[in-house]
Amino acid sequence: MSKNKSEYLINRHDNQYEVVIGLEVHAQVTSESKLFSTSATKFGAEPNTQVSLVDAAFPGMLPVINEYCVKQAIKTGIGLKAKINKKSVFDRKNYFYADLPQGYQISQFKDPIVGEGKVILDMPDGQKEVGIERLHLEQDAGKSIHDLDPKNTFVDLNRSGVALMEIVSKPDLRSPDEVNAYIKKLRSIMRYLGTCDGNMQEGSLRADVNVSVRKKGSKEFGTRCEIKNVNSIKFMQMAIEYEANRQVDLIEDGQTIDQETRLFDTKKNETRSMRSKEDAHDYRYFPDPDLLPLVVSDDFIEKLKSEIPELPDEKKKRFIDKFKLSPYEANILVSDNETSNYFENVIKKSDVKLATNWIIGELFAALNEKNLEITESPISAGNLSKLINLIKDGTISGKIAKTVFEQMMEGDKDPKKIVEEKGLKQESDPKALEALIDKVIDDNRDKATEYKSGKVKLFGFFVGQVMKVSGGKANPQLVNEILKKKL
Amino acid sequence: MSIDLKTIKHISKLSRISVDEKKAEKLAGDLNSIFDFIEKLNELKTDNVEPLTSVAETTLKLRSDEVKSKNLRDQVIKNSPKENEDYFVVPKVIE
Amino acid sequence: MSDITKQSLSELVENIKSKKLSSSEVTKAFVERSEKSKELNAYITEDYANAFNKAKKFDEKPNLDLKLPGIPMAVKDLFCTKDLRTTAGSKILNNFVPTYESTVTQNIWNEGAILMGKLNCDEFAMGSSNETSFFGNVQNPIDKNLVPGGSSGGSSSAVAAQLTPITIGTDTGGSIRQPASFTGTVGLKPTYGSCSRYGIVAFASSLDQAGPMAQNVKDCALLQEVISTYDEKDSTSIDFKRNEHSKELTKDIKGKKIGIPKEYRVDGMPKEIEDLWKKGIEYAKDCGAEIIDISLPHTNYALPTYYIVAPAEASSNLARYDGVKYGFRAEGENLIDMYEKTRSEGFGTEVQRRIMIGTYVLSSGYYDAYYLKAQKVRKLIKNDFDDAYEKVDAILTPSTPSSAFKIGEKTNDPVSMYLNDIFTVPVNLAGLPGISIPAGHDAKGYPLGLQIIGKAFDEQNILNIAYAMEEKINFKNNITDWWIK
Ligand SMILES: [Mg+2]
Ligand SMILES: [Zn+2]
Repeated sequence: MSKNKSEYLINRHDNQYEVVIGLEVHAQVTSESKLFSTSATKFGAEPNTQVSLVDAAFPGMLPVINEYCVKQAIKTGIGLKAKINKKSVFDRKNYFYADLPQGYQISQFKDPIVGEGKVILDMPDGQKEVGIERLHLEQDAGKSIHDLDPKNTFVDLNRSGVALMEIVSKPDLRSPDEVNAYIKKLRSIMRYLGTCDGNMQEGSLRADVNVSVRKKGSKEFGTRCEIKNVNSIKFMQMAIEYEANRQVDLIEDGQTIDQETRLFDTKKNETRSMRSKEDAHDYRYFPDPDLLPLVVSDDFIEKLKSEIPELPDEKKKRFIDKFKLSPYEANILVSDNETSNYFENVIKKSDVKLATNWIIGELFAALNEKNLEITESPISAGNLSKLINLIKDGTISGKIAKTVFEQMMEGDKDPKKIVEEKGLKQESDPKALEALIDKVIDDNRDKATEYKSGKVKLFGFFVGQVMKVSGGKANPQLVNEILKKKL
Repeated sequence: MSIDLKTIKHISKLSRISVDEKKAEKLAGDLNSIFDFIEKLNELKTDNVEPLTSVAETTLKLRSDEVKSKNLRDQVIKNSPKENEDYFVVPKVIE
Repeated sequence: MSDITKQSLSELVENIKSKKLSSSEVTKAFVERSEKSKELNAYITEDYANAFNKAKKFDEKPNLDLKLPGIPMAVKDLFCTKDLRTTAGSKILNNFVPTYESTVTQNIWNEGAILMGKLNCDEFAMGSSNETSFFGNVQNPIDKNLVPGGSSGGSSSAVAAQLTPITIGTDTGGSIRQPASFTGTVGLKPTYGSCSRYGIVAFASSLDQAGPMAQNVKDCALLQEVISTYDEKDSTSIDFKRNEHSKELTKDIKGKKIGIPKEYRVDGMPKEIEDLWKKGIEYAKDCGAEIIDISLPHTNYALPTYYIVAPAEASSNLARYDGVKYGFRAEGENLIDMYEKTRSEGFGTEVQRRIMIGTYVLSSGYYDAYYLKAQKVRKLIKNDFDDAYEKVDAILTPSTPSSAFKIGEKTNDPVSMYLNDIFTVPVNLAGLPGISIPAGHDAKGYPLGLQIIGKAFDEQNILNIAYAMEEKINFKNNITDWWIK
């Protein structure tokens, strides 16, 4: 077994194989209109209602680039700590397909808009850096629908021409877990930047997964296979697992691996060769003569840099330094901008430690149960802050707070009002408590005697009884003090 | 240099134009004479020459992110060879 | 008023403005002559009824401030015209009706002109004789069975035969200037980026340019001024200060330096062409121009370069004709079969040949040897012109290496057909403006043209030189109306 507990290896007979993974992530640029045309990009529109004459490649139609998409790509590049190329070129990638109306995809081949960068992953055994090879802008294709008609394939071009950022990683990933962390981190960065909504159900984030295997310790790469267009992290992980094992089996069998494009069949949970794309591999890239080189100035880039918000890595560092959070807590709270904003709003007026625990614990569990995003939380940051203050100043106990919290989840109510209305205020009047405690001791004379004769464990019993009689409202600290005296 | 029938078949596949034996032979002949004439370029040494892709000595102009093209479904589908109100239709593709 | 169709554009505009003629009268005259001229096969699609309607509307409320008030006009069938079939001379677009208008034609209609119909051309503008058109070859009005040149052969024939007072063509490697030369008319290929390519069926995007074709230089200048606009819908359209060519037109070209490139004296050039060129030089001198010998050392490499660049771009530009969205579709067993049959039946021989060449030069393993090489040589060719323009204001050459040839004479020899464009192609590769003006006749009485090449965006200068020389040359076209029975 491996000495490093997160190391992912495949064992066969006496051999250990390492899996080498590189990802080509296709992230849909958040924009109103398409990359080279003025039609809308909204998800879920009626088929072919967001298709301009340019998108459908009518004769004589020409591409005109969307400035906002260019800015979005550069911002993402900045977020990936990458080199921004002041001059980039759009190329045509030529192939025939029903959902590719032009017969070519406008992409960037030789001179992408963004060069090398990096992404830091927080893995259980420490940080890992994943290299970014490049980011380029390109057009999305349309959608072929094969199951509406027995004899025909239907084509919907709504997505045709939507701007994509293809983010190509170096082959630095080594396990399905790292792929999970990588995609989540990438998504988090882009969401912070507002450059891609990262919605995988809607296809805003897909990846081509390049997988190869090699004997542990080997420096050379094995032959890789590219698994096309996988649209969920779970499927990526399953596909990698299947594909890596398939390749190991082939090697162990003395066979060679063909470099090829494969498809992940989500029903059978296996990858298989894509024969339909077999002879389409000569893409005949050349600079698109309908477009000129894209040149951006230093000022243009500097302006965008000034618009970049604090990103997850920096925010995490600040949370650890300033609020003394653990790296684990910080990681969770910075995973997306909305969560960290919520957290920062709560702690504006309440205790950090308590707030962290309540958000990561109660709130996340409750949201999860109701399948809600943080932005949809029934409890506003302000009200959670109030609840925490009620605990902190002793108005209610932690236990009562949970009851109040549950009420708040039913609708955003002011916790103070709930406490008042339901009479949940903590009993902290020593006289009232004394009377209560006297009654409990009186009712349990025999147990009190046992306690005095040395059965100290019974202390807990008395606390419990007092709390029960008080309906949970007794101030636990005071109860302890008084009980000790009285017993 | 000579372009053989195998190459002609390969190019015809890439360009999605069907070519039978007779047509392939004719094309091979034509292309060979055209490429004989094109080979003249090899007389020139161009190692240090910047390739020219556009004579327009300017850079790309950027348009603003506005939706101007509204729903044109009727217009874009109107000319399509297969009748369907909502979709373009092609022979079944099996992936 | 008799002989309306013999009038130049400028005369027609004048007569309509002074109300001596109505748009309806003019339209009727050109339509009638077009109807009598079917044998020339200049039209692919006629739109006469619409033209009459528009002329009538114009006459009811004439706007005489426009530059082309009520002027009827037929245009090359490469320009998309809203609600009127646009075929690009191809079977694959046989039934295609655009829902949009090209910028260039829109500019023309905005100035009051009226569309009469769409003119024949080589399929996707690929050809030098109009013989590759799916709609049949076009006759040169000069002589039966003579090609009108190409690819704007329907346009050159229609202007020369006076079926339209003026027209527009497109020029990728000589497709305006060569047919102008073959028919004794004037044709201007503007600077790349001067006229919008929006709505023009693309052949080779980095070379295509629309331009005017006319009976004389002045008409040509007026139409150029109408069609040349900056267009946001074309990323290669260039925003520069455009001249009012017709107003600024002058015959005063004293002291203009005109270059004579020695490399254009190609092997086997007919003596008639050599003589024409010499005569042209004399005319230019008579106009007060200074003649300077120059060198364009890479001239010989222009055609091979062109026959890589243009087919490469075309192979990609024509990928959209796949039977899915519009146009002709052949039924197939599966998607690939449908594509292959559609494209094999929908495209003609020359188009298929060029798609093949283009696909080959871009394909893996050949890109550097061909496409990249061609782009580098293209740079050298452009550098030649840049160097030359350090010394001269314009360059004078023959337009074509021969006069018009017989229909069928060169169809079986693509290379000899391609050689037609030897003097025009370098101009497209360098993106420069070039104008062909009729300058004489060969022994058979066929017209011959001279080409004046300008600096980028210097259309006004070459129009002026052409205007001055036109007067000295005093060319008369021998057209006998042989096709009118
Ligand atoms: Mg890929
Ligand atoms: Zn991609």
